[in-house]
Amino acid sequence: MKPLQEQKLWMYEKMVESRHFEDLIKRAYFEGKQPVFNMAKGPLPGEMHLSDGQEPCAVGVCAHLAPQDSVTATHRPHHTAIAKGVNLNAMASEIFGRANGLSGGRGGHMHLFDKAVNFCCSGIIAQGMGPAVGAAMASKLRGQQHVAVAFIGEGAANQGAFHETLNLAAVWNAPVVFVIEDNAYGISVAKRAATAIERNADRAVAYGMPGVFVPGNDPDLVFDVAGEAVARARAGEGPSLIEIETIRLEGHFMGDAEGYRPEGEKDALHARDPIKLYRARLENQDIPPADLDKIEQVAKQRVSAAFEHARQSPAPVSEDAFTTVFA
Amino acid sequence: MEKKRKLTIAKAMSEAIALEMRTSPEVLVMGEDIAKLGGVFGNTQGLLDEFGPDRVRDTPISETAFIGTAVGMAAAGMKPVVELMFVDFFGVCMDAIYNLAAKQSYFSGGNVTCPMVLMTSVGGGYGDAGQHSQALFATFGHLPGLKVVIPSNAYDAKGMMAAAISDPNPVVFMFHKALQGMGWLGTVPRSITHVPEERYTIALDHAHIVREGRDITLVGLGHTVHLALDAAAELEGEGIEAEVIDLRSIAPLDRETIIRSVAKTGALISVDDDYHSYGVGAEILANVAEQDDLHLKAPLKRISYPDIPVPFAPEMEHAVLPNAGKIVTAARKLLKESAHV
Ligand SMILES: Cc1ncc(C[n+]2csc(CCOP(=O)(O)OP(=O)(O)O)c2C)c(N)n1
Ligand SMILES: [Mg+2]
Repeated sequence: MKPLQEQKLWMYEKMVESRHFEDLIKRAYFEGKQPVFNMAKGPLPGEMHLSDGQEPCAVGVCAHLAPQDSVTATHRPHHTAIAKGVNLNAMASEIFGRANGLSGGRGGHMHLFDKAVNFCCSGIIAQGMGPAVGAAMASKLRGQQHVAVAFIGEGAANQGAFHETLNLAAVWNAPVVFVIEDNAYGISVAKRAATAIERNADRAVAYGMPGVFVPGNDPDLVFDVAGEAVARARAGEGPSLIEIETIRLEGHFMGDAEGYRPEGEKDALHARDPIKLYRARLENQDIPPADLDKIEQVAKQRVSAAFEHARQSPAPVSEDAFTTVFA
Repeated sequence: MEKKRKLTIAKAMSEAIALEMRTSPEVLVMGEDIAKLGGVFGNTQGLLDEFGPDRVRDTPISETAFIGTAVGMAAAGMKPVVELMFVDFFGVCMDAIYNLAAKQSYFSGGNVTCPMVLMTSVGGGYGDAGQHSQALFATFGHLPGLKVVIPSNAYDAKGMMAAAISDPNPVVFMFHKALQGMGWLGTVPRSITHVPEERYTIALDHAHIVREGRDITLVGLGHTVHLALDAAAELEGEGIEAEVIDLRSIAPLDRETIIRSVAKTGALISVDDDYHSYGVGAEILANVAEQDDLHLKAPLKRISYPDIPVPFAPEMEHAVLPNAGKIVTAARKLLKESAHV
């Protein structure tokens, strides 16, 4: 399944949007944290996990999804949220802990919920997998054609929930797609030191579903493989597992000294920045650079406006902490 | 005079583990990011270099597997020290903790012990939201067969870690992120203390009176010990002498020390940063309320974290966490009202 030109441009736009989002986060995160880095300080306290480099995973998969389809994402959720169409202003506000954020500042960057596009994420490894099967089964039991996608990191494939969920999804023939973003690390631990086999896609065999490895962090290849898996799910043919080779261009979280990376790895990764590579490909396919510039400009403006919106939005009041615990 | 060695809790913990590892080949360390990185919270720094990858093991993100493995190792006579990075993650592996580790001795009639330590970080206050900021003391303290301890300073951390590793029982060794001494988290300076170089132990079943006073007893653990000490300093300016007890352990709970103190002061505020209902404060207050010969001059009071998930936005989180001001206000009120009785 090859992307049409307009789908390619959409993927490019969403990748740029996502990267610019992270770039603005980077600037805001260090406000109030200098000269002494203290995670508690500044407009963005707490951990911050950036998605730089992993954009192809999000856009290649979400290009096939409608708002009615569900996505569960991880502690590293911004690229996925943006590709799924989460309300950008409300998302920025939430990350800044503002009263008009997605959840009124209760959740923050690891707990983004947007019911309008059926998106959620969470901070516990592999935690979204069960809920994705749940969303898929709800659709199936109601006779709808909506699918669900669970995004996880490669580290999550060693969590018990991964194996239980794959088995259950297969037994119940759930319309779900499991997507592993393999960025080669779980915090400081290299995948090869923690995972018994080379390719997590091979684990699909144990659960009787297709498992496909997508090399090269390539949006078009992800689009192709994800398209088949989503179509399969929609057609009632059951779950699939996709493993995408990707790269994490930043630390595990902001402030990570990354001493665990081999010398020179960071430079080599930046040379493979998927957004630059994709732009070069699009230019080679005779898309005028001016058109791409325009797309970039619009995407970046949208993000900048969202940050402006967030910064100017009011903070919650302390009493808000006590509401919504129960429905 | 002895040279002062000011250490953080993180450093004190790793030093204590190293001392045990040098003398006991049975001791080993396992967990996520504890080897190469030295622990996300620094408490295993230097161990990989000294003891090598056989005894200092980075694990996959498979808590059920490696904590279960630790139980098996302990049954086989080893002394594993394992880390659950944040206590909030216990949900994926509690079975190994409370149905295996905690019950091994009992189910075997005392024939199979479980000498393991489960280190885990607790606490919020730095904007990490509801899955990375909980204290959950009571969740663990409720379960028979587990010892549950938390140091408030580096000196205690070292002695308590040595005691925990030597203990034949599973010890949940909590450490509070606000005290850990990681630069990136900020640290209560009082938690950084002199730590002797040599090995020593601190009994895990004794609370510690860290400040004496005759007017009111303030009980805390981990971070709230410091809140209570700050409050006591402020109350002193008003002529109120507060006694501050550092629990050090909630299981077993040193009931005697609390009761003796309240017998002296006649007033009690317990302060903890775990959820309010069915919590540490409830146990401490009940323990005092059950004494029939205690003369109380004021109602018993607990300050804790309300029964809500931890919110992200600082405007909400900071408002709902316990702090010294809340303790001072409560103490004033209790003692003022008691003066009119
Ligand atoms: C159950 C559980 N264990 C441990 C953690 C701590 N933790 C947060 S992110 C992370 C690494 C995850 O690696 P991976 O799944 O590959 O995702 P990545 O961070 O690379 O995107 C770990 C161990 C957690 N959040 N939940
Ligand atoms: Mg990873």
